Amino acid sequence: MKILIMVKRVTDPNVTIRPNMDSSNVDLTNVKMAMNPFCEIATEEAIRLKEAGIASEVIVLSIGDKQSQDQIRTSLAMGADRGILIETDATLEPLNIAKLAAKVIEEEEIDLVLLGKQSSDKDNNQTGQMLAAIKDWGQATFASKLYISNEKATVTREVDTGLQTIELTLPAIVTCDLRLNTPRFASLPNIMKAKRKPLVIKPIEEFGLDLTPRFKMLNVESPQVREAGDILGSVDELLEKLKTTEGVL
Amino acid sequence: MRESMEFDVVIVGAGPAGLSTACRLMQQSQKEERELTVCVIEKGSEVGAHIFSGAVFETRALDEIFPDWKERGAPLNTPVTSDEIYLLKNAEKAQKLPNSLVPKTMHNEGNYIISVGNLCRWLAEQAEELGVEVFPGFPAAEILYGDDGEVKGVITGDMGIDAKGEQKADYMPGMELHGKYTIFSEGCRGHLGKQLINKYQLDSESDTQHYGIGLKELWEIEPSKHKPGLVVHGAGWPLTKETSGGSFLYHAENNQVMVGIVIDLSYSNPFISPFDELQRMKHHPIFKDTLEGGTRISYGARAIAKGGLNSLPKMHFPGGLLIGCDAGTLNFAKIKGTHTAMKSGILAAESIFTAISSEITVSNELSSFTEAFKTSWLHEELHQTRNFGPAMHKFGTYMGGAFNYLDQNWFKGKLPFTLHDTKPDHEQLKPAAECTDIAYPKPDNKISFDKLSSVFISNTNHEEDQPCHLKLKSEVIPVEKNLALFAGPEARFCPAGVYEFVENPENQQQQLQINAQNCLHCKTCDIKDPTQNITWQVPEGLGGPSYPNM
Ligand SMILES: Cc1cc2nc3c(=O)[nH]c(=O)nc-3n(C[C@H](O)[C@H](O)[C@H](O)COP(=O)(O)OP(=O)(O)OC[C@H]3O[C@@H](n4cnc5c(N)ncnc54)[C@H](O)[C@@H]3O)c2cc1C
Ligand code: SF4
Repeated sequence: MKILIMVKRVTDPNVTIRPNMDSSNVDLTNVKMAMNPFCEIATEEAIRLKEAGIASEVIVLSIGDKQSQDQIRTSLAMGADRGILIETDATLEPLNIAKLAAKVIEEEEIDLVLLGKQSSDKDNNQTGQMLAAIKDWGQATFASKLYISNEKATVTREVDTGLQTIELTLPAIVTCDLRLNTPRFASLPNIMKAKRKPLVIKPIEEFGLDLTPRFKMLNVESPQVREAGDILGSVDELLEKLKTTEGVL
Repeated sequence: MRESMEFDVVIVGAGPAGLSTACRLMQQSQKEERELTVCVIEKGSEVGAHIFSGAVFETRALDEIFPDWKERGAPLNTPVTSDEIYLLKNAEKAQKLPNSLVPKTMHNEGNYIISVGNLCRWLAEQAEELGVEVFPGFPAAEILYGDDGEVKGVITGDMGIDAKGEQKADYMPGMELHGKYTIFSEGCRGHLGKQLINKYQLDSESDTQHYGIGLKELWEIEPSKHKPGLVVHGAGWPLTKETSGGSFLYHAENNQVMVGIVIDLSYSNPFISPFDELQRMKHHPIFKDTLEGGTRISYGARAIAKGGLNSLPKMHFPGGLLIGCDAGTLNFAKIKGTHTAMKSGILAAESIFTAISSEITVSNELSSFTEAFKTSWLHEELHQTRNFGPAMHKFGTYMGGAFNYLDQNWFKGKLPFTLHDTKPDHEQLKPAAECTDIAYPKPDNKISFDKLSSVFISNTNHEEDQPCHLKLKSEVIPVEKNLALFAGPEARFCPAGVYEFVENPENQQQQLQINAQNCLHCKTCDIKDPTQNITWQVPEGLGGPSYPNM
């Protein structure tokens, strides 16, 4: 069984970001980037399937700028076998990412796609679903447990009402939620080995797809800052304040 | 058994010093066609994440490593265009110093305003292209010693240990990294450097090291106020006569300015809070006029080793070298340590390469380094300014300043005597009872801010469930001595609010609470704790600040 994992380079979820001067986008100059945490979970799950002898090969795909190689290398250091980067400087919408992924799936004869349920930068939560529609494959989103046997995937999903378990026929798409696993750290020897694992870079033009954006970003703003609170000594003081300074009573 | 890996040279710390060593080693290896394996490990989650500086940068050492740095796209984009020095008399008034009165060492023609973090990111790329293995996210936690007492390498920190010391699901044990030579370039007050100095008594013939704490903010200001290349230095207010230090404002690229303060850690009043000094300093018209209407982007702090040549320990020991600010190569008269750290790295690489090529055994110390150092421009530069710090300490900022003017301009630092300053900074605090409390103004949230919102924009982050990396030798000393005698100075000198004295609800007694996940890795607590009860250790890899362009 061949698994494709999809990984995205995003701003490190631990750093604060802000709009650039003309509010046209987020200012990313020298901001620390990292792999989307849900993609780390997808990577970990794929590697576990390989270690369990269920997967024969784990291929990692990223679509993004040249630096996205760093995230592919991280996946390779964790244990994936080889990488593909579809290089573009454009920011692509989920639909376009799904279309490109579908092409790779055809070329590579993939049986299972593992990807994050969403990316921590844009929170779209769409790519997996769209990919399933394009391929007309079964999908299980928000997976917190995955079990594979006899060409079937049994997936526990985190849904609003609790946990739902479904069975899918492979090939299929599974998007990973937080509780699926705890990703491993890459060790130093594996980081060194990863540098020598195959990684092909394909120019996006090669795919001959129409990737025109469907929507336009108008404006980026920081959330409003909350004003600092006051600690008051007594209820009387509170009532007084509500009456006089705040004028709400 | 831990796994191990072998390298010719293991370098601890991807700062200017460590990365310069790595680049120079590989350049020589290519030139002489002798293969060399070199790795650099860095505790920050990426190279540059923990680098914190000013900075006005002198290119002398960079010119030596990469004469073609411009073509290679080094991030030096803002040449210094003008230099202004002010004596701040009080919260409102300032006097501009005429150029003729400024010590030569404070002039900045030919220098660049840079982010040292970005310089390091670029140096790491050059190093990787030359074949160096650079590993961010891997702190060196322990030193490995060989049978003859020589340094054999380091052990990287374990990952995935919980607060109680138990292994978690993602546990990954640290690795042994063996090197023919190990270079320690951890920057000021390196936690392994400190152990090496003790073990090999490297400081037996030097004065005690002296430190300062530097705090800085990065601002984006109104384009109309932005003067790229302008360097402003201030002395005086808000610091009083007993507290030496200075302030700075550098106009960098992209409408950004760096504003900060450096305070000598030899201060005696335990009520001093360096963080609040920076906050109130920004309200002086010299700074406020520039900052008003702008946005604060980032904040951070880092200690500075400023003892200069007098405090410089022996830098070689069996199996390795201690270089850059880890040893203390900063030139305090210029408040510049980047070019000197880089030069120490170049010299280190050259003596190591010669030693490895001629197959000297490891137990042979790299004394050739010290010989090369003594005949280098680095030594000459540090020798010229050796009296600067001690004069400030001995005679105060005003008389000391006058001495420095004469020493640096008339005698070019060649006065035939050397001033010494032998009392360590942590012994300088006076009991709180003998000092006056300082009432710092409340932040206005436009120019000045509180500590927590500041720490937030340093992007510091540590895995929460891990052992505390700030180790107390005694649990009772913080309350019984530090609080009782010195009014708990750690709550003030820590620029990140890590130390808090809180009441224990069970017995209504005060106790010390350590919010270790806020730590900025500045090392001030390890230096200034009056009882030397706090030891800073490396936390789990990837933890710590994530500075953008600092
Ligand atoms: C506020 C301020 C202003 C300054 N202004 C100027 C200026 O204008 N001009 C100038 O030239 N210099 C200036 N300096 C000084 C300059 O920043 C330093 O001299 C210089 O950065 C020292 O380089 P270094 O390589 O020795 O150490 P550092 O730059 O401190 O680098 C050390 C690196 O090692 C890493 N490290 C530490 N311990 C470990 C470990 N155990 N394991 C793994 N990694 C580790 C750290 O994370 C860091 O990345 C200023 C400093 C400060 C604080
Ligand atoms: S705990 Fe120590 S090293 Fe960390 S920020 Fe505070 S003073 Fe600096």
